[in-house]
Amino acid sequence: MNRLLVWYGELATTRKLTSRGLALLAVPLAWIILLLVAPLGAMMAWSAASRSASGDIEWTLSAANFLRLAGFDSFGWTRSYLVILGTTILVSAVTTIVTIALAYPLAFAIARRPPAHRYLWLALIIIPFCTNLVIRTYAWMLLLGSQMPPARLVQWLHFIGPSEALYPSRFAVYIGMVSNSLPFAVLPLYTNVERLDWAIVEASRDLYSGPVRTFMHGILPQTFPGLVTAIILTFIPAMGAFVIPDLLGGGKSWMLGNLIQHQFGVSRDFPFGAAVSLVLTFLTMIGLLVLRRSGDEVSIL
Amino acid sequence: MRRSPAGSAVKLRAGAGTNRLHPALSALAVGTLVFLYLPLAAVAGMSLNTARFGAAWKGFSLRWYAQLLNNEVVLHAAANTLVLAAVSTAISTVLGTLLAIGLERFPWPRWMRRIVDGVVYVPVVTPDIVFAVGMLLAFEAARQVLGGLRLGMGTMIAAHVTFQISFVALVVGSRLATLGRSVEEAARDLYAGTWHALRRVTLPLIAPGIVSGAMLAFTLSLDDFVISFFTSGPSSVTLPLYIYGSLRRGITPEIHALSTIVFLVTVALVLGLQVLARNPEKE
Repeated sequence: MNRLLVWYGELATTRKLTSRGLALLAVPLAWIILLLVAPLGAMMAWSAASRSASGDIEWTLSAANFLRLAGFDSFGWTRSYLVILGTTILVSAVTTIVTIALAYPLAFAIARRPPAHRYLWLALIIIPFCTNLVIRTYAWMLLLGSQMPPARLVQWLHFIGPSEALYPSRFAVYIGMVSNSLPFAVLPLYTNVERLDWAIVEASRDLYSGPVRTFMHGILPQTFPGLVTAIILTFIPAMGAFVIPDLLGGGKSWMLGNLIQHQFGVSRDFPFGAAVSLVLTFLTMIGLLVLRRSGDEVSIL
Repeated sequence: MRRSPAGSAVKLRAGAGTNRLHPALSALAVGTLVFLYLPLAAVAGMSLNTARFGAAWKGFSLRWYAQLLNNEVVLHAAANTLVLAAVSTAISTVLGTLLAIGLERFPWPRWMRRIVDGVVYVPVVTPDIVFAVGMLLAFEAARQVLGGLRLGMGTMIAAHVTFQISFVALVVGSRLATLGRSVEEAARDLYAGTWHALRRVTLPLIAPGIVSGAMLAFTLSLDDFVISFFTSGPSSVTLPLYIYGSLRRGITPEIHALSTIVFLVTVALVLGLQVLARNPEKE
């Protein structure tokens, strides 16, 4: 169908506009399809493949890799992979809760500053994240080391033995994960808190509700979109974490990310790695769908 | 809503009361900020420590920084990092801008916009490890089918460009959307041709968006570890990969110095580009 239309002040036909638009889109779309859609297909193909005894890849169509993740291998049923799956979800959930609990006061503290200073405070929160994840994680390794004040204090309290460090431990993983996701929670919450209608909060106070009820009925509904975005931006990356549990957690804190990394590194078991990645993708997509349905997101770009 | 003047005055005073944050919460907020900076401060502090081993302070020195300048491996990794970031940013800025203009300025049917928008969001929402694994598997599959493809700088650049395109397209696209039609329509009314209108009107107007998109792409590339980790080859070690590797080999104070430099450079870069990107908008 070739229609005549006025488009941005130009008299054009749909056919002309389409061909011009496609000329602009051709290269970037081809790139994206080739390197974004193709990998997803590649991941599916690899996850159904298997490795022969000699280590060669056989392009089969089997669910063996997924069954292996569920614990069924040639020796019967083990729960080791399911424990990793559970750890991933648990660590991500706890990280999200703690991060949000710390992000709310911070968002309010910034929103209470005079407007001219607010960007400075926001910049203060973002700046640590301009630096690389590996450096940030290593910084925690250094600070939690056995000779540093935090470890000294805990040694003195006899929670850990003398000359022991605070990592590798689950506690260190939480510290690393929370500090890593804080700005991603603070920014969307701040955009909501800044526009908060304080009259509602006051009304709630005037009607003698305590801080908890004021928060639940006066603040939470108003900041809900920001909260949903904050949860998405904390929970989804946490599910895929591997540097932080690798460096700060021991073998007991293995997450799906570590399992994936292991398959592509030491084990060289690409098919199983692809299957685990696919499961991780699936889990994050479910999380995203559930969260997106529960509220409109706030754009922070 | 009607209120008596007296009532509103009371309200105002009550408002001033509730607006103040509880001292405990203020303290928590400050504590959280300290929590963010403490580890980095510790690294910066240790980088100035003379001691080779241990955390005890043995005096101030810049010797680790001096040693860094003579470390060939580090210098090579730094060069790799910058080349990777610069090349991938250049490619992705062009492609992302094309994508944004092509998507925003043409009367596409709604289904097509939805699909392309969805595809553009994929790298933004997928965990980077999944993205990295997808890249690696695609490269490996291509190698098995075509042969000859080796992991290295080329594959890293391709992988970086793929996630950068989305961010550039989102930033430029939002700039295009806020621009509205009027200026471009005026250009057309004054007999500007398609190319002329694009080059002399649209592109200068979205230039701040393109600059901040490029800036975001550059920082994302510098910041990236996971995608580089999976798609790099033995010859294309970047600084984050080098630091990660040295954590396995054993840490020397040089790593502290290197980390501090990387931190300061990225902060300076981000702040500098922010200033650059903000200026044209004010004019």
